[in-house]
Amino acid sequence: MLLEGKNLTFAYDRKKGNILTNVSLRIDSREPAAIVGPSGFGKTTLCKILSGYLRPQAGEVLLDGKPLPKKGCCPVQMVWQNPERAVNPRLRMRATLADGQQIEDRIIRELGIEEDWMNRYPQELSGGELQRFCIARALGRDTKFLIADEISTMLDMITQSQIWNFLLKETKERGIGLIVISHSEALLSRVAGRRLTF
Amino acid sequence: MKESGKRFGWNQRQRARLLLVFSVLFLVTVAAAGYFCRDASMVTDFSRKNLAPCFAYPFGTDWMGRNMFYRTLTGLSMSILIGVSAAAVSAVMALILGIAAAALGKRADSVISFLIDMVMGIPHILLLILISYACGKGLKGVIVGVALTHWTSLARLIRGEVLQLKESEYIQIAERLGHSKLQVAAKHMLPHLFPQFVVGLVLMFPHAILHESSVTFLGMGLSSEQPAIGVILSESMRYLIMGEWWLALLPGIMLVLTVVLFDLGGTSLRRLLDPNSVHE
Repeated sequence: MLLEGKNLTFAYDRKKGNILTNVSLRIDSREPAAIVGPSGFGKTTLCKILSGYLRPQAGEVLLDGKPLPKKGCCPVQMVWQNPERAVNPRLRMRATLADGQQIEDRIIRELGIEEDWMNRYPQELSGGELQRFCIARALGRDTKFLIADEISTMLDMITQSQIWNFLLKETKERGIGLIVISHSEALLSRVAGRRLTF
Repeated sequence: MKESGKRFGWNQRQRARLLLVFSVLFLVTVAAAGYFCRDASMVTDFSRKNLAPCFAYPFGTDWMGRNMFYRTLTGLSMSILIGVSAAAVSAVMALILGIAAAALGKRADSVISFLIDMVMGIPHILLLILISYACGKGLKGVIVGVALTHWTSLARLIRGEVLQLKESEYIQIAERLGHSKLQVAAKHMLPHLFPQFVVGLVLMFPHAILHESSVTFLGMGLSSEQPAIGVILSESMRYLIMGEWWLALLPGIMLVLTVVLFDLGGTSLRRLLDPNSVHE
């Protein structure tokens, strides 16, 4: 599968200028890619455009030559930077996880999510535990590309390596394209084959 | 919080549940009792007029020999009826209009916001008198009047809440995971709006009762032979200086108790609904 961004231009406020101007990129699902760049240069904005959260003012996002579907589950899923904000504080984790498209038990088990956590509310879990739920939620049946936007920045080393080992294995097995954003040099050298620098 | 709970050997949630059950029971009992004493409360008997509270007449009798205990219960049940129905209609209106303003796009939002500002701009009591008078006074007029004047602040609150929720990450994520707007609203937004709705409902209840009595006092609400709490209290004012304290005090205490219990019930419900307090 091929994810393409063609001449993407985006501005949050047109008077203040574009944050992205004519950005083009091609990412093959067989090779994990990293997007690298300093803070505030629009890495997250680019991810939001690629996964359909934002509509670019010009240019288009194509998946295997076709634009992203407007309805239904988006094949490009993004895992957000702050798991605390990415889950509904008033729902138990089981309900939050059920948002995903038919998550297999295998994924839940391999991410180390315990049965006991399912009945808890987000405030009763740590950031690392919540992030596992967010990753599991994004790995539904129809997911073809996974964008990981600084998903392990606030986790400890052991959790980081657990999560990344799982993600690398899972995406490879299912042929899911992986796009990584991180400031950690050590992580990028282990994970990403290709780099796109801002 | 935990320390005070330990005194009774109960945790916060159990106490909240007990309070909720107690207040609901009390309100239902009063409402039902009032309904059954309605005929008894109208009976006049001049052989027993102006009696102070005693065993046979716990709240005493008035200048027409009417049993004040029955009159108070009937008045309270009528107030609860007016309060609950007016507040419920008003809160449902607020919920629908609030969600519509936030979800139906800019034009609907500006129309509804204009409506909110307009109703808020007119003093409550003025609008209430107008509506109540137009609906032919009486029970119907008061309920319609209170319902149509009290929805604004809750609608504005819910509109703001929905606007904020729409921008939250978990709702955007749920939409990108293929759930329709309606599914997302039901699953992700309602749990946030329900507590607001309940609290709004509870806070409207005392307003409804007080406005009912003030409109009645001004002669635009319930007619004066009705045993409503507002009527009882305004009539008793004339007899207070003659030493008949029980006519105002006991029905007044019952009114306060009802309002407080309604408030406690609402607070307990909110506490039970709030996941932050699950383990308190």
